[in-house]
Amino acid sequence: MTTQTKIPETSIGQSTAGQGKWGMVIDQDMCTGCQACVAACVMENNISFVGEDDLAYGRGMHWIRIERFWQGDFPKVSSSFQPMLCQQCGHAPCEPVCPVYASVQSAAEEINLQVYNRCVGTRYCANNCPYQVRTFNWRDYTRPEPLNNQLNPDVTVRRMGVMEKCTFCIQRINAVEDKAASENRQIKDGEMVPACAQACPAYAITFGRIDDPNSKVSQKARDGRGFMALEELGTLPRVTYLKGGSSHGSNG
Amino acid sequence: MAAMAKAMQPAHAGELEDPRENLLYDPRPRSEMNDMVMDAMQTAGWKFWVVTIVLALFVLIGLFGVWGYLILNGMGVAGVTRPIYWGAFLVDVVFWIGISHAGAFVSALLRVFKTGFHHAITRVAEFMAVFGIIQAGLSVFFHMGRVWLFYWMIPIPNERGIWPDFHSPLMWDFMAITTYMIVSTLYLILPLIPDLAMARDRSTGWRKKLYRILALGFRGTEGDWKHLRAAIKIFSFAMIPVMVSVTTVVSWDFALATRAGWSSTVFGPFFVIGAFHSGVAALVVILVLIRSTMKNMKYFIRPETLDALGKLMLIISMVWAYFYFNDYMVPWYGGDSLERLVLKFHETGPFAWMFYSMLIFNAVIPWALLWNKKIRRMPWVMFTIGLLIVVGMWFERFLIVPGTLTISTDPFTWRVYQISWVEISLTLGTLAFFALLYLIVSRFLPFISPWEVQEGQASHTIRKVGKATLPSASEID
Repeated sequence: MTTQTKIPETSIGQSTAGQGKWGMVIDQDMCTGCQACVAACVMENNISFVGEDDLAYGRGMHWIRIERFWQGDFPKVSSSFQPMLCQQCGHAPCEPVCPVYASVQSAAEEINLQVYNRCVGTRYCANNCPYQVRTFNWRDYTRPEPLNNQLNPDVTVRRMGVMEKCTFCIQRINAVEDKAASENRQIKDGEMVPACAQACPAYAITFGRIDDPNSKVSQKARDGRGFMALEELGTLPRVTYLKGGSSHGSNG
Repeated sequence: MAAMAKAMQPAHAGELEDPRENLLYDPRPRSEMNDMVMDAMQTAGWKFWVVTIVLALFVLIGLFGVWGYLILNGMGVAGVTRPIYWGAFLVDVVFWIGISHAGAFVSALLRVFKTGFHHAITRVAEFMAVFGIIQAGLSVFFHMGRVWLFYWMIPIPNERGIWPDFHSPLMWDFMAITTYMIVSTLYLILPLIPDLAMARDRSTGWRKKLYRILALGFRGTEGDWKHLRAAIKIFSFAMIPVMVSVTTVVSWDFALATRAGWSSTVFGPFFVIGAFHSGVAALVVILVLIRSTMKNMKYFIRPETLDALGKLMLIISMVWAYFYFNDYMVPWYGGDSLERLVLKFHETGPFAWMFYSMLIFNAVIPWALLWNKKIRRMPWVMFTIGLLIVVGMWFERFLIVPGTLTISTDPFTWRVYQISWVEISLTLGTLAFFALLYLIVSRFLPFISPWEVQEGQASHTIRKVGKATLPSASEID
């Protein structure tokens, strides 16, 4: 496997196949499906508004979406919400299929990143993503005045023809790391909060270091309700979902 | 007399009522044949120019104009969406690669096995290989979100310091298509050289200048022929593994992905036979069109040729059905819920009409008709059967690409693909471009290789043994 060690970006090398660095826990029993995370993510990451027609045809570009599933037959019907975002796979199916190294594993943060400038738009990565969380810039979407003023200066604005996806708010990770480095200390647990977790009114999303067994996110992930989405595919997701017997924690 | 002669013919010769139906037993003098081919290139009625101009306009507007519109407005004007990230353009890529691969493959296969009916049709098949791969390459470019950066996929040293990723099946595909484009072009040019030299010696004016350049100084010396034959032989043999491997690489674009309905080990040979099926059918369609529209072609392209190709079509159709059944049976029996959903979607979903037409066009009709020798010898029936197979194979690829992508691992994203006018226009545009290339090239390159026909005729003679006529062939290499 010498070739794999030579090209660490796409390999399931020792460094990335482990536990990971940053991770997330989403408690589905707490999620109310309010979509605050979706709105916060759009604001934070300069995600384009695609308009009604494109959205209805599945071209919404949200990096996190609330998937609502109905369970049971009427009238005993209940809903469950699954916030779906990039799982930052340790062994990501999107990475090796990209011909131009636009979909890569970041060695520093151990998350999966999209290099917009390299993307030529073959869309193989999005096809190959089992979670279908990669979004494509189908057009050059415009931001009418005064919406252009809300763009986040820390995040690249993407143009037509490139793929994009959740970055775990890497701009915030970098800011927190820089701050900790300048103050010559370690990052505190809970210091780094991505936009979705920050906006969640039900505190359903927890973010932190999963390589630290004492962090809040690691403790929650060990909760008996934990599972990973499509775990059987061997993608090594960095996101753990918590779900009890029924929705809304009634049987939690 | 005729009945008696027939009765006295040995069993293997009983195929033909009259051996003279076969081009090889119906020789004409060399100069006359050369003139026939030269004449065909220089004769065109007003209908030819009307069709050419209409096709050229369509290529200009429907292909390049609409492509410009697509580039300016983004992939959003096509029908692709989540989770169907690959749509009609990828269908066209696979379709044209299939047509193209089969072109050179059929030609090489028939040459290698000295089938005796290939002499007049190899050239048309080789053109099909080159013109088809051009359409496949174009379709790849239609598909790319930022096509102006296509050269980022080429492994050349660059200022960005990034090499393409050879882990990606798309990279293999890119290399495979480029390799094939080069090999099939060389394979077309080699047997063309003596014909170009022949044309050079029989023309004046701009044609003479053109052929003088293209003929590469071929004078027909012993050494010229020796080297040419050796080269053609090498290419004919090499073409077969090249075609099989390149088509398999194309199938890996799909088979190596994680999608239900794609991740299949049978995709390699399945794509190879699919390419063959559509390619031989397309060859028949083109041969019938050339035969009925171009001057002097009825002498070269005969019902006897179509008869032989019809048998080939029937066998390929059966092998195709065998592989399709395999590709269907294994996931069905395996019972994986997503795989079963994909199959159910094909059978009962909005594309079910494509699924059933595909089975009828690709298997039922060929099986019902092609066993019949009379039918195999009727050009327009063969044309229709071939056209239906070509359409059926496009449907097959449509079901494989957007028809399968509908079902993803995330049920929340399931969606039915809606083809857009842009995709329809560009698909028809590649078809028009393919036809236009044939029309343009028909004016200055021979569609028939007279030297190969003459060579075949020299080695085939009819002998009289008593009162019986016996066709006999001798081996020359």
